[in-house]
Amino acid sequence: MSLLHIENIHSYYGQIHALKGISVDVNEGEIVTLIGSNGAGKSTTLRTISGMMHPKKGTIIFEGKDISKKEPHEIVHSGMVHVPEGRGIFPTLTVKENLEMGAFTITDSRLVEERMEYGFSLFPRLKERIDQFGGTLSGGEQQMLAIARGLMMNPHLLMLDEPSMGLAPILVELIFDIIKELNDNRGTTILLVEQNALMALSIAHRGYVMQTGEITVTDTAANLRDNEEVQKAYLGVS
Amino acid sequence: MIRFLKRINVYELVRPVGQMMAFSLGSAAFMSAIAISLALALDDTAVGVSLMDKYNVSLFTYTMLNLPQVIIDGLTIGFVYAAIALGYTMVYGVLEFINFAHSEIFAVGAFVGVELLIALDGMGILAGASLGMAYAYLILAILLGMIAAGGLAVAVERVAYRPLRGMSRLVPLISAIGVSFLLQDIIRLVESLTSGQFNRIMPTFGNFDSRIIFGKIAMGSSNLTLGISVKSIIVIVSAVLMLVGLNYLVNATRVGKAMRAVAQDRPTASLMGINVNRIISLTFLVGGLLGGAAGVLYALKFTRIDPFVGFFPGLKAFTAAVLGGIGNMTGAVLGGIVLGMLETFAGSYMGVFTMGAAGSEYKDIFAFSILILVLIFRPQGLMGKNVVQKA
Repeated sequence: MSLLHIENIHSYYGQIHALKGISVDVNEGEIVTLIGSNGAGKSTTLRTISGMMHPKKGTIIFEGKDISKKEPHEIVHSGMVHVPEGRGIFPTLTVKENLEMGAFTITDSRLVEERMEYGFSLFPRLKERIDQFGGTLSGGEQQMLAIARGLMMNPHLLMLDEPSMGLAPILVELIFDIIKELNDNRGTTILLVEQNALMALSIAHRGYVMQTGEITVTDTAANLRDNEEVQKAYLGVS
Repeated sequence: MIRFLKRINVYELVRPVGQMMAFSLGSAAFMSAIAISLALALDDTAVGVSLMDKYNVSLFTYTMLNLPQVIIDGLTIGFVYAAIALGYTMVYGVLEFINFAHSEIFAVGAFVGVELLIALDGMGILAGASLGMAYAYLILAILLGMIAAGGLAVAVERVAYRPLRGMSRLVPLISAIGVSFLLQDIIRLVESLTSGQFNRIMPTFGNFDSRIIFGKIAMGSSNLTLGISVKSIIVIVSAVLMLVGLNYLVNATRVGKAMRAVAQDRPTASLMGINVNRIISLTFLVGGLLGGAAGVLYALKFTRIDPFVGFFPGLKAFTAAVLGGIGNMTGAVLGGIVLGMLETFAGSYMGVFTMGAAGSEYKDIFAFSILILVLIFRPQGLMGKNVVQKA
């Protein structure tokens, strides 16, 4: 059985029908990516999964439980973390406080410290900035902080929304190396939303291609890279 | 026990006290400097001459002699404003919305506290109370006022604001104004059904009305006594304690961190596992507790309350919050102290400086001129940062 099973969800922004029957499966230990152009509904899919918006129709099963009607703060407890688009760093909380927020539901202070150290081992730069306000960090550092904060819950499923957005190529590579490492070494299952399709498909096992609220193609990452349609539309190959 | 003590963040206990002292001394010095310069400038004019004729004292001496009393009165009302202003600013920080019903939350706190004391007085308990018991009853009244106001604030948010969340920003604002009128009339209704009168007087008991005298100074023909009334001390001390407690809650506890996170980015805070609705309720609760306590303290200081008692203090506390930078808690304290000081200086000296042409009844002009000036020239307030409107 898959870790996350989404069946035929429909989501709306007011009158706008943003998701028109999306079905996605994520298996334990996989990196799955959602690719597609701006406005295809990739972020909306993540927002619907994490409870920030509720689907009008359809079911979302996580670890065997229906979470489609739950609030985001309840869903976090079940072991799913959503690192939102734009990183969502609290600008006037320090790096340390931001990380502590990531472990808000954990009361064991030793565990919090342990996980913070793990985050620092992935991103030593954050340790240097520990008492700095989140808002003063560079874009790359904020993305590191967002991921480290997401790992504070030690999630079974980590959902990342556009981690490469606005970053220099060298940082994009660093971030994707870390994502790969998390998956390889810790077995963290990852659902990755990306506009940078080439990068995403290079580390993912499987992928879904979205277009205007629907899934048009799904296949293994290797096959998607070779798919002519996908190449034309998203990989910049003509 | 020792481990528990070690976890107390002493810095967050000391810092706000230092801030409040700096704000108090700073605004007192600033306003004194203006008053003294005006006195020196006007001493040789008709203003000084007329005062000399009347009381046989120079304008400068008169100003200096009154200064200590004016500063203490300014601080007293300033701290009351600060405690109310924090209610406005905390709610704004979390919801970006002005809770105009907060002035009635304050009034309800005042009424509940005063009604308790009137009831105790009616039973003859207050008259025979020892000094210790008198303080115990006052503290009880303050606590009861806080609980009533805090509970009411939470209920108002639940009923009148939460269902409107996500709508245009004007909608909850109008709802707040409606709640404000509703609460005023509920107070009137309850008072007319129970006591039959709208004006309630804080009973006199304990030693709250006595003054601690530091000394007497001869001022021309009359004597001027230098002193501070016990109730002013009570108001200032209670307000300082509450503000320190609030600062600690917000800056040094887990819940406080969650409050700041919710204020900065509500959707992301919910992704951290924070129950945003609970934090919003808590924010209203804390604001209501402070407002209720401020209500009872206000009644202690000014004795008489009526169902509209919240209107002016509420509006001025709102002005104080805007002056300090709405959403900024330190700013609210600064704004409250500055506004209380400004108002008291204006009320005390304007009559003399204008030879009685404009007396203390015009002091409100200063508070509201400040509101307009701040909104025009520094809309982010004294301590606010220039925030870009979020898209």
